Amino acid sequence: MQALYAQLLVGLINGSFYALLSLGLAVIFGMLNIINFAHGAVYMMGAFVAYFLLNLTGVGYWWALLIAPIVVGIFGMILERTMLQWLAGLDHLYGLLLTFGMALIIQGVFQNYFGSSGLPYSIPDYPQIGGYHGLQGGMNLGFMFLPIYRGWVVIFSLVVCLATWYTIERTRLGSYLRAATENPTLVRAFGINVPRMITLTFGLGVGLAALAGVLSAPINQVRPLMGADLIIVVFAVVVIGGMGSIMGSIITGFALGVIEGMTKYFYPEASNTVVFVLMVLVLLVKPTGLTGRAA
Amino acid sequence: MKQRISTFILGTALALAANGGALAQDKTVKVGVLTDNSGLYSDLGGAGSTLAAQMAIEDSGMAAKGWKIDLISADHQNKPDIATTIARQWIDVEKVDVLMDVLNSGVALAVNNVVKEKNSVMINSGAASSDLTNAQCTPNTVHWTYDTYMLAHSTGAALVKAGGDTWYFITADYAFGAALERDTTAVVLASGGKVVGSVKHPLNSSDFSSFLLQAQASKAKIIGMANAGGDTTNTIKQAAEFGIVAGGQKLAGLLLFISDVHSLGLNVAQGLNLSSTFYWDMNDQTRAFSKRFADRMKTKAMPTMVQAGVYSGLLHYFKALEALGGNPHDGAKEVAKMKEIPTDDALFGKGSIQPNGRALHPAYLFEVKKPAESKGPWDYYKLIGTTPGDQAFRPLSESACPLLKK
Repeated sequence: MQALYAQLLVGLINGSFYALLSLGLAVIFGMLNIINFAHGAVYMMGAFVAYFLLNLTGVGYWWALLIAPIVVGIFGMILERTMLQWLAGLDHLYGLLLTFGMALIIQGVFQNYFGSSGLPYSIPDYPQIGGYHGLQGGMNLGFMFLPIYRGWVVIFSLVVCLATWYTIERTRLGSYLRAATENPTLVRAFGINVPRMITLTFGLGVGLAALAGVLSAPINQVRPLMGADLIIVVFAVVVIGGMGSIMGSIITGFALGVIEGMTKYFYPEASNTVVFVLMVLVLLVKPTGLTGRAA
Repeated sequence: MKQRISTFILGTALALAANGGALAQDKTVKVGVLTDNSGLYSDLGGAGSTLAAQMAIEDSGMAAKGWKIDLISADHQNKPDIATTIARQWIDVEKVDVLMDVLNSGVALAVNNVVKEKNSVMINSGAASSDLTNAQCTPNTVHWTYDTYMLAHSTGAALVKAGGDTWYFITADYAFGAALERDTTAVVLASGGKVVGSVKHPLNSSDFSSFLLQAQASKAKIIGMANAGGDTTNTIKQAAEFGIVAGGQKLAGLLLFISDVHSLGLNVAQGLNLSSTFYWDMNDQTRAFSKRFADRMKTKAMPTMVQAGVYSGLLHYFKALEALGGNPHDGAKEVAKMKEIPTDDALFGKGSIQPNGRALHPAYLFEVKKPAESKGPWDYYKLIGTTPGDQAFRPLSESACPLLKK
């Protein structure tokens, strides 16, 4: 039973990454109607920016949490301005193919220079409060040894997810965004700069992925393919949750992390496929996803 | 008139003889490096394996002796179906004479069959499964660098001797992981130890915390990692997070490459034991080769044992071709010649190839240095034991290779 609690918690940790990444995908799809296949690549770039900040300029983890999403977000906005915006209104397939190509190019460039094994990035050891060294070490919860860093990842990503949901669903800015998706011409008539808003939204979605990248850098090796391995699962999460549904992708992200964690305990061989089996089942029963509305 | 005719016949005979001689002395060779160029094993083989083959071609001096050698390479993506398709195309259409590296045991065992069926040659460097020279041996395959039997006996036995008598395995769920777990289990049991459990994870996983928690709960003294490449580095890194080593359990990297240690950094990797048949900093010759190699690598990385194995395996293949006086395009004949000639090169030293295709050379047990002991980048290992070549690998008396039963 104790082992089960531990697996639940571990699942929740992985779920945090799924939630953050699928949230970014959902935001981009919901607002821009683009299926962003480069999402894994920008997640990887976030981790690499954190690595460069630390090793080239000495800027540590905490600043990287802020700087990396901004840097990668700007990169995303440049992509949107120069390439993606021309695909607005075309079939989804064009955006999918373009972003897929971008992902291959970005990953290829990083792999060319950094190989595939990855680079080390350690858990921050500051600020030092009491007996704790930053986020290093762990706590004995009785049923498991919880690394402090993992606890931090769960709490932090939960906060970010909820904040994003609140901004889009409950604030005035969010209502503009949603209105611009529904009827861009009408919103423009009210004097709102819709293209700029779309660019910023793409930047936000990409920034969320980069943030997840920074969060994962101390857990996984900083590797060019770290995003490619993860992105397929995240797409399944978005499909299960319902394309474009913000809350749906957050909840599904965490839930699937837990389900995957359970699978690793009861039948580890299936842990890579369980998410896709669920996806098939959901699509059979409810083709729009668990929380999705019919188009 | 009569004389004219006889001159003509003589001329024809001479032309025939010359032509026949030219056939016997076909001096063209095509080398194909089949490896993982883009996935989790691409740092330990990949572009480095192709470079090693290129360097072997240059260093062999074959071109100066009138040989024409072509080199091609391809990415098998760690998928046996893709690998066998490429292998068939290479042998049938491209007329490739020898397949090099072929890392990933699942891929290697599949290609092994193709190479036998087509009577070609595979000099395997990167795959680990000892089955290649055991039940699955063929007259066309040489297994050069290392195998699971060697790893199990070198690392496994040393750890049991040092008091690690209860084991739990975290195993990659394919041919390689299964072979490594099986061979190590045999060693642990034979040395009086016990295996308390194991968990299989899919190849190329990123999160190992569930598996590590299960290993932690098993209370085994040694957690044996029967995986490789990115899977191993992530397991080690995350084990540190969950306080596994601090809690008194010891990690055993049953297959660790220098690229993995480089990627982990000494802070995380220090104190790990590992077995290898090659390390760049062994002697002047290995240092000279490795410096030349690193200079030409885009990532400036030192060679792994897999890449070194491609180099010296291919050099030995060329020796066999020279001894045959030309390329017979007959895989079994070429491999038979390779087995006949003793092996001797700058990187692996003197040795031999057994009738089952197993190349013998010493195996070294290393410990990863502490950061303070390291003099600079890539100065990672200290030697703590050497097993002579004839003891490092499975003895012929225990081999189930059908070739030996003739």
